[in-house]
Amino acid sequence: MDFSIPDHFRRTMERLMKRHLLAAGLLTIATSALAETPVLTVLTYDSFTSEWGPGPAIKAGFEETCGCTVNFVTAGDGAAVLARLKLEGATTDADVVVGLDTNLTADAAPLFAPIAATPNTLPVPFADARFVPFDWGWFAFVYDNTKLTTPPKSFEELAASNLKIVIEDPRSSTPGLGLLMWVKAAYGSRAPQIWADLADNIVTVTPGWSEAYGMFLQGEADMVLSYTTSPAYHLIAEKDASKSAALFDEGHYLQVEVAGKVASTDQPALADAFLTYLTSDAAQTALITTNWMYPANMPAAGLPAGFETLIQPGKSLLLTADEAQSLRAPAIEEWQTALSK
Amino acid sequence: MLTLEKIVLRQESFHLTADWSVNRGARVALIGPSGAGKSSLLNAIAGFFAPASGRILWQGADVTQMAPGARPFTILFQDQNLFPHLTLAQNLGLGLSPRLQLSQDQRAAVEQALARVGLAGMGAQKPAQLSGGQQSRAALARALLRARPVLLLDEPFAALGPALKIDMLDLVDEVARLTDATVLMVTHDPADARRFADKTVLVADGVAQAPVATAELFANPPAALQAYLG
Amino acid sequence: MANRPVEIRPALGLALFIAALILGSAAMLLLRAESWRLAPADWSALRFTVLQAALSSLVSATLAIPLARALHRRRFRGRSLLTRLLAAPFVLPVVVAVLGILAVFGRSGPVNAALAALGLPPLSIFGLHGVVLANVFFNLPLATRMLLHGWQAIPAERFRLAAALSMPQSAQFRHLELPMLRAQMPGILTTIFLICLASFAIALTLGGGPKASTLELAIYQALRFDFDLGRAALLALIQFALCAGVTIAAARLSLRQGFGAGLDRAAPLPAPDGWRAPLDAAVITAAVLFLGAPLLAVIAQGLPGLTHLPPGLWQAALRSLVVALVSALLATVAALTLAQAAARRPALWIDLAAMLPLSASGLVLGTGLFLMLHRFVPPAQMALPVTMLVNATLTLPYLYRLILPEARQVVADYDRLTQSLGLPAVSALRFVILPRLSRPLGYGAGIAAALSMGDLGVIALIADGNGATLPLLVQHLIGAYRMEQAAAASLVLIGLSFGLFWMFDRIGGWNADA
Repeated sequence: MDFSIPDHFRRTMERLMKRHLLAAGLLTIATSALAETPVLTVLTYDSFTSEWGPGPAIKAGFEETCGCTVNFVTAGDGAAVLARLKLEGATTDADVVVGLDTNLTADAAPLFAPIAATPNTLPVPFADARFVPFDWGWFAFVYDNTKLTTPPKSFEELAASNLKIVIEDPRSSTPGLGLLMWVKAAYGSRAPQIWADLADNIVTVTPGWSEAYGMFLQGEADMVLSYTTSPAYHLIAEKDASKSAALFDEGHYLQVEVAGKVASTDQPALADAFLTYLTSDAAQTALITTNWMYPANMPAAGLPAGFETLIQPGKSLLLTADEAQSLRAPAIEEWQTALSK
Repeated sequence: MLTLEKIVLRQESFHLTADWSVNRGARVALIGPSGAGKSSLLNAIAGFFAPASGRILWQGADVTQMAPGARPFTILFQDQNLFPHLTLAQNLGLGLSPRLQLSQDQRAAVEQALARVGLAGMGAQKPAQLSGGQQSRAALARALLRARPVLLLDEPFAALGPALKIDMLDLVDEVARLTDATVLMVTHDPADARRFADKTVLVADGVAQAPVATAELFANPPAALQAYLG
Repeated sequence: MANRPVEIRPALGLALFIAALILGSAAMLLLRAESWRLAPADWSALRFTVLQAALSSLVSATLAIPLARALHRRRFRGRSLLTRLLAAPFVLPVVVAVLGILAVFGRSGPVNAALAALGLPPLSIFGLHGVVLANVFFNLPLATRMLLHGWQAIPAERFRLAAALSMPQSAQFRHLELPMLRAQMPGILTTIFLICLASFAIALTLGGGPKASTLELAIYQALRFDFDLGRAALLALIQFALCAGVTIAAARLSLRQGFGAGLDRAAPLPAPDGWRAPLDAAVITAAVLFLGAPLLAVIAQGLPGLTHLPPGLWQAALRSLVVALVSALLATVAALTLAQAAARRPALWIDLAAMLPLSASGLVLGTGLFLMLHRFVPPAQMALPVTMLVNATLTLPYLYRLILPEARQVVADYDRLTQSLGLPAVSALRFVILPRLSRPLGYGAGIAAALSMGDLGVIALIADGNGATLPLLVQHLIGAYRMEQAAAASLVLIGLSFGLFWMFDRIGGWNADA
């Protein structure tokens, strides 16, 4: 239990009063006080900056050397980050955006500046003139290995089984969209048939990952769409080895999370330095056990103990940003039609 | 003098005219068949029913456009004369000070008014704790406090028993004397009119007749009154 | 009778402000739009949205009748506690509540365990019936509470008269209760219909697939993934049109109820005995089980994590409390202003202004405000004020619906007396309106505060990154796999929401009794 409540209350109250109630009225008068130290504004999804996210460590690490202040601005998730950036247009304060994935980058590209290439250790060749990958993961169906002993080895086996799965909606969540791309990348024009066959396995479609994963943990479904790294959290943080990811023969689609420099930034040098720091050993190490993803640039120390127990897909699937962009609308429609029957 | 100058009340099929005066200090009963418009006329005088045409004057001053509370009148309704969530003292106090910030004197006046109507020491009670007669008394006590020159009564004692009603009428008379008030009282009971009012207005067939002496009216009742009395 | 001019300027100004806020936010989106086109799937979303909302409101309102009636005429130990607890589902954050419902009705829940023990096939919660069930879970309490207010508004004197005339139960129902129901039902049905219209997390989570897509989801998708502002605005306008249509229809159907005033005598009514007593007991028990079990499940899940609450919890809680209190205050003042004006002079425009926010998508409202303001106010400083404003706007309809019937009653019963005493507006407010309306005001403010604790999804787009509100913290915890802490934080959230609600409701109750 945390007994220092009054202190928290007082400090937070002061912050609230200062930042919001007064500031809302006085608008923008006050910001000049900090003018001597440059501020790097980083737009990201909000779980990145939470106490359990990589944000605090990365902010502290970068501020040690940059002589600047990192200011996080957040939106709900990757998609919301992009929406926010588009809403603000050229007026945005953001210098760097962290947390788009490759299904979104084609849309976002015009708003970003070209950057220097950085080395990466992704399982597929990856190069983008505007975006630096900072972590990645394989999508996978996670199950409870104490209840399910012979998991399906492909979408076709899954569809033929009586197993119940819960998935995320591609219209409202990035994993949901990732699954759509996975089926598309693996099966191409056969995708609608796969979806039609899967229809009776799908218990429900949730708005986001949280709801789906929560329902799986509560026993509503035998499997949930998540990442191959999900079991690592349970194993490392909870000492619970009962969760596993099913290995599919057709390969696993990648989610690659990227960061980029906003074209309208007034801190281009700092932005470049931040992107370089993001792929450094220190930041990459922090990301592994906060985002529970693979590092985009493997640190010297390698992966923490426990990761060796995870499945290693033999084949990695990833559509290019342009393919993902052009496939998205028709794929969503296919999916909707197949599941609405 | 209270003057109704060519008053016309109209609402859907209802229609009533009145064009007469009563002298200051008079006790006037309004009598007539139900639905004839006795209450509507009283409500028009009090300011709750805007006449289609005509003027209402008190001592020569036009009050037709004044808000109900600004008129020099006090009205007692058939019911809902007291706020049930307020104590008697608060109910009475609102008659003196809308913000209920009563001076020492005003508080004493409230106590006195309560005592005058036989409710001494009951200021802290709420209406629900009182009998019907006591509620009427409390409402009268507020009329006494407000001391407006005209007291309008819209059958406030209709629900009381005969003996109790007689007590109330005597109390009204006393209150009116103390405040030097003119009283207009709607009633359906000829006995009330006889006992209390020196003048009576017959409201029937779309017309509120000019007031005539009560005794005379009942001695030679016109056709409309005869029909009503049966 | 009171055909004197009524001061309506504040209400008019407020109505215009609300219309400007809601239509203006959609207009902002349209202005920025590049194309104004609907997708073919949007029409099936519209159909499903209306279907689930209609079914949910019908079922909730129908079930509320026996429940409210039983609660009104029975006196038992814990009755007042129960009527207060009735609000609990309504103030529960949707994500938390859905997990609670699943824990009870889901695959591994006790309902299916019981079915299996009886050798019966399992029941799936997913599908239209699941959506309706969840909506009923949320809205049955609201409908019941609104009806209970209706029953309480029938003065005890009338019931006593009915008893004195030895009216049989059926006649009492016809002469006293049926008119009240006819007066209340259109408002209740409309309110719940409109609430269900804009709910998207329930439909999406329990709907079982893209068949169960609602308009709100389509808006969400259009705004976030497709960045199709034009489509989002068009969808929002369809929701407004639907809301306006339903509100106008309800206004036509609504009947005024005129019981006259009683004297606030809280004499317990003689309840009918015979077979009706066990029936009432059964109704109340069933409702307690249906509403209580998911709640208990949520509490049970949250308890283990209470010993190691996550850091930042109390700061988030404080932020949420400030948001909730300010939102509730704004919403209450606005609702009272509109309800008072409508009670004195019924006008469709007031109803429309008060009900319009129900159809407003929090996301469209938030986005519209963001577009309006972001050039002038740094987004980071906008988050909390915008959230408060949006919360207040979105909760206004609930308050309005709760206050209006009783505001009408107060006007019918005490407006003439107030006027004859010449009470100025401030005194009338202080000595007549506030005390007479304290019960619905307290309840309504409690609902508004609790709903605002739940954030209503507004903050997602414009959070400032400097500290989360409590619902956001819960999301973060789940997102970081910390289910146990998330459950504990949810429990704190529920506790605070309910505490706020309880406090306001008590304040209202105290005043009413005083």
